[in-house]
Amino acid sequence: MTGTGLDVDGVTLTAGAHHLVRDVSLTAGPGEVIGLVGPNGSGKSSLLRAVYRVLRPDSGSVRVDGADAWSLSVRRVARTLAAVVQDPGTGFDLSAREVVAMGRAPHKRLLDADTAEDAGLVEWALAAVDASDLAHRPVDRLSGGERQRVLIARALAQQPGLLVLDEPTNHLDIRHQLEILGLLRRLPATVLVALHDLNLAAYHCDRLYVLHEGEVTASGPPEAVLTAELLAEVYGVAAEVAVHPGTGAPQVTFLPGEPAAAARGRA
Amino acid sequence: MTAPARTAPTAPHARGAPDRRDRLRARGFAPVLMVLGALLLVSLTAGVAIGSVRVPPGEVWGIVAQALGADRPSPPRSPARETIVLDVRAPRVLLGAVTGAGLAVVGTAMQALVRNPLAEPYLLGVSSGASLGAVTVIVFGVGLFGPVSLSAAAFAGALLTLLLVYGTARAGGRITSVRLVLSGVAVAAVLSAVTNLLMLTTGRGNEAREVLAWTLGGLGGVRWSTLWLPGAALLLGVGILLAHARSLNLLLAGEEAATTMGLDVARFRARMFVLLSLVTGVLVAAAGPIGFVGLMLPHVVRLLVGGDHRRVLPAAALGGAVFLVWADLAARTVAAPMEIPVGVLTALCGGPFFLWLLRRDALRNTGRGVT
Repeated sequence: MTGTGLDVDGVTLTAGAHHLVRDVSLTAGPGEVIGLVGPNGSGKSSLLRAVYRVLRPDSGSVRVDGADAWSLSVRRVARTLAAVVQDPGTGFDLSAREVVAMGRAPHKRLLDADTAEDAGLVEWALAAVDASDLAHRPVDRLSGGERQRVLIARALAQQPGLLVLDEPTNHLDIRHQLEILGLLRRLPATVLVALHDLNLAAYHCDRLYVLHEGEVTASGPPEAVLTAELLAEVYGVAAEVAVHPGTGAPQVTFLPGEPAAAARGRA
Repeated sequence: MTAPARTAPTAPHARGAPDRRDRLRARGFAPVLMVLGALLLVSLTAGVAIGSVRVPPGEVWGIVAQALGADRPSPPRSPARETIVLDVRAPRVLLGAVTGAGLAVVGTAMQALVRNPLAEPYLLGVSSGASLGAVTVIVFGVGLFGPVSLSAAAFAGALLTLLLVYGTARAGGRITSVRLVLSGVAVAAVLSAVTNLLMLTTGRGNEAREVLAWTLGGLGGVRWSTLWLPGAALLLGVGILLAHARSLNLLLAGEEAATTMGLDVARFRARMFVLLSLVTGVLVAAAGPIGFVGLMLPHVVRLLVGGDHRRVLPAAALGGAVFLVWADLAARTVAAPMEIPVGVLTALCGGPFFLWLLRRDALRNTGRGVT
């Protein structure tokens, strides 16, 4: 198996009278890497929270491998779906290795001991994010980038068929950004990832969904989605999009000044 | 498992020299447990041996062995010493060990459950709630079933208080240290006031004095016949918490992350709150509200064995037992023949520790602020 399919169908999320996400549908086939882009406050994190089963949709459904995520137990979902969420820090002196070992929890019963296989998976996950030498350091005293890699390792140790990541490249230096995104592509898992950097998203994702004010404005392969018009409309910025001769992926260059007059008029 | 096969060169900046704490941790868990276990045996012996009448350690164990079925020695010992060891000191020292272990374990779990290093039963007002429950039973004399009804009332008081403080401190899915400690302090103040009111208006002088001594935390006056309840509560608490140690670990990652790793956070927390209230209630009913043991021990133990609850819980239990046995020994010897309530002594150590912890956390948070 190369990954678990995800179907988000007509999901609406509200906070009080305010819509966080309105009627969003999204699919990810087994093994696909799907990027979620959009400005701050566009609903990316809320949508991801609905997918990883923390925020219950007001309407619509989230199906993981064909089954409704909200009709399965938390534990059952956690055996196929892992998430890298925005980190609130622990404050309790856990070592990086202990944090990564948490990822084995959904595969364990109450009194199960850790096996050699668990230990091996933890070592592998740490190595995969280039964090083996952090294993015995307390996570609270790691840098933001180091901690982020440890959290990704924790998700890997969960052996997910579907991996959901909220801005995983935050705090990472450029080398680790490229390494992590390259790693996501090689994993035998479906990946849904919210990203800020459009060029990274364009190069590493099979398809992109663009969220704007809680709705999907565009979706499809990066070269079809990332256009100057869309960037002007969604982000309110002027940009040029070219195809990079080496990678073949679209390459966004932001330009100073207001977006072209053709774009949505701003008050 | 198809592991991506790559060996990245490691950036030099990623390597940090292991510091003192890391080295302590690398020494492993088994030696720490053995040292703590040995320390507990020594402490128990000292607790029984030292007092107004000194009994040599060898004789202490001789008397214990005899009570367990060994032959009488010749020449025979003085029966007075046997009484002191078996009927006066041994139950008291054991209650100290059980209470210390229980409070340390409850504090450890409570800190994980509210995800705050300042949590412990006394500071959160849970002990005050338990006291009020117990005092109500004493004053209104509804103690039909002796220690059991006392413990049951203390359990109810503890649970209600914990829910009240937690509900007050939690807003928008988050608990800040300030809200937690303030609501704990406020609730404790109200509950203590009610307790005092009950004692002052009871009109039965003897009972009021008895209750007052008890509310300061003390291990005196315990008998073998009342020791089984705290002992059972401790075993139950440690056993269940150890079985759920992995889930307690998950809580440290945050509620959302814990959910994505398969923990039903709300349900787990509710169950654990009941368990912690039960253990706290029984211990408070037996020994009075003894503060700060549940605050200090978890932090000290984490320095030794790291943050994994599978290690912290057993080590905290042993450490808490050792600590309270010595605290009680000090309480009844430093001002002999007067006896200081042991709760006064633990507060003397714990108060400054709390302030240090508060300051350390404040510094850490400002240090992290921007990144």
